[in-house]
Amino acid sequence: MDAFTAHVGRAVPLRRSDVDTDQIIPSDWLKRVERTGFGAGLFSEWREDPAFVLNQERYAGASILLAGQNFGTGSSREHAVWALTDFGFRAVVSERFADIFRSNSLKGGLLPVQLARGEVEALMALVEADHSLEVTVDLAARELRAGDLVAHFPLDDFTRWRLMEGLDDIGLTLLHEQDISSYEQRRPARLPATRPAA
Amino acid sequence: MGRTLAEKVWDAHVVRKAEGEPDLVYIDLHLVHEVTSPQAFDGLRLAGRTVRRPDLTLATEDHNVPTDALTITDPISLKQVETLRANCQEFDIRLHSMGDARQGIVHVIGPQLGVTQPGMTIVCGDSHTSTHGAFGALAFGIGTSEVEHVLATQTLPLVRPKTMAVTVEGRLQPGVTSKDLVLALIAQVGTGGGQGHVVEYRGEAVRELSMEGRMTVCNMSIEWGARAGMIAPDETTYAYLEGREHAPAGADWSAAVTDWEALRTDDDAVFDEEVFLDASVVTPFVTWGTNPGQGVALAAAVPDPAAMLVGSERDAAERALIYMGLTAGTPMREIAVDTVFLGSCTNGRMEDLRAAAEVVKGRRVADGVRALVVPGSMLVKLQAEKEGLDSIFRDAGFDWRNAGCSMCLAMNPDTLAPGERSASTSNRNFEGRQGRGGRTHLVSPAVAAATAITGHLTAPADLQEV
Ligand code: SF4
Repeated sequence: MDAFTAHVGRAVPLRRSDVDTDQIIPSDWLKRVERTGFGAGLFSEWREDPAFVLNQERYAGASILLAGQNFGTGSSREHAVWALTDFGFRAVVSERFADIFRSNSLKGGLLPVQLARGEVEALMALVEADHSLEVTVDLAARELRAGDLVAHFPLDDFTRWRLMEGLDDIGLTLLHEQDISSYEQRRPARLPATRPAA
Repeated sequence: MGRTLAEKVWDAHVVRKAEGEPDLVYIDLHLVHEVTSPQAFDGLRLAGRTVRRPDLTLATEDHNVPTDALTITDPISLKQVETLRANCQEFDIRLHSMGDARQGIVHVIGPQLGVTQPGMTIVCGDSHTSTHGAFGALAFGIGTSEVEHVLATQTLPLVRPKTMAVTVEGRLQPGVTSKDLVLALIAQVGTGGGQGHVVEYRGEAVRELSMEGRMTVCNMSIEWGARAGMIAPDETTYAYLEGREHAPAGADWSAAVTDWEALRTDDDAVFDEEVFLDASVVTPFVTWGTNPGQGVALAAAVPDPAAMLVGSERDAAERALIYMGLTAGTPMREIAVDTVFLGSCTNGRMEDLRAAAEVVKGRRVADGVRALVVPGSMLVKLQAEKEGLDSIFRDAGFDWRNAGCSMCLAMNPDTLAPGERSASTSNRNFEGRQGRGGRTHLVSPAVAAATAITGHLTAPADLQEV
């Protein structure tokens, strides 16, 4: 995974709450077996409306998505994260994220920036007033900055370190292979197997 | 201090604990389907890794399968299913393919085969994995990167979740089902109300639910944002499990029951959050909007967004009414549907089919209504046929199908056309969920059956005697 320390870009305000993963990437896109190329499917039904915010020329090239509360609710499809990153987003700002979406984002190089409602609102207003406003998402400082606005966002130390180092989760876990094996020795034998153990 | 059920299961699965790091948690069962796994298997191959415990992994085909034929004609769907078959072969994973008697929706087959047991940790690249929590297992959905992680290591690094209790006091009235209960709960707490929490459902009304009713409730935990839903195992759980293909037998059975008996929240345990609901006031419940929290009693009317106090709720309601083609104030009972879908991992089990068949028996589906019954698994289908339910449905004018996700989501040939309206026993009424432009009302199996008969949203009690 690529290391992430800070990102500077322009933002686009999506004034909707409860944006579910079926809207982010509709299910007909889920039939693909690849990990790339999902950007074309991002919000594909909403994008048919020329007035939809992602279709507006002034927000073209924005890399930070600002959304209403409860973003990414619904299914576990990581395709939603792949669609956002493939489209060019590096961060999403919301008052609240669905749990699975949040954890998928943190695996896929998309930073979920959780701010207070008033901060999201203020940021949307700033961006709507000036669409060229430069927004900085600073992972090292756990801070979002735009104009006069400085907002702190929560992220645990471990995840922050992992993202900043660009470390592979599986590789990290495999460092503890010994612990996994000894746990397996202790597991009760009566627990079900889907087939007889080899 | 005592511990909650969720904490007990969590503690028993911690492989490694270190200050400032997530716990490394062991996974007892990993369920796999065709949609969220191909990129995970690719990742394994790219890194030269293998599947650590194929014997704790079980795969099925469900999302893409057509339910009226045993061949897939859509080339992209076919490729996805064939990719799963090839991956399972390569990594030696047990797979139930279309046509196999044990094939079905991933969350229906686990419990049915008895591989879902109390106290286990269960994951799947699917948000409705919460279903398995009905057995007192800690079960939750994961993304594809985590699927790859579990395949490679049989563990996940996880931050310990917060706990919440939902206590449902009192008893459900006759004719009110677990689906009504959970829809009413979500309308009360909102779609994000459970975020970050593992929820334990408790109280008299929950204890009185059958295993299948409990699965319906736990299934929809994710629809109000909970990470997982759990119910403490009891006699109902044991009675369901005993004798199943993978359930412990003989001396193992008694040992297992002894262990399971300890899976109760201690009296002095403290939950981070508590919610209370009075079961006795719940009536048949349906949704009017485009998220599962936008629901009302069937006896009520489409709500007026203007009367909503919270701005974001008002905006969402206005948008939803436009999408749904509804006007505030219309009685829910007057809403006419084109399609009735009975199935999915929420309500595609025996009890659901039996409840619907009882309503349908001796009646006819209304003219112009397309009605589908899609059993959650092939074993459900066979059992229903043994009980003669298929002929009850067929005689009434329902389509009787093979097992799959079917019209729960638009990934297979069963879809709504733009503007079509359905009463559906599934779990999501998002825009386009059942097909582009399709409009979904979430309902219980009994309401679905009665609605098929009249052609508009109806509870069985509204029907005339036959
Ligand atoms: S029935 Fe619906 S919710 Fe359940 S696994 Fe299939 S698509 Fe998902």
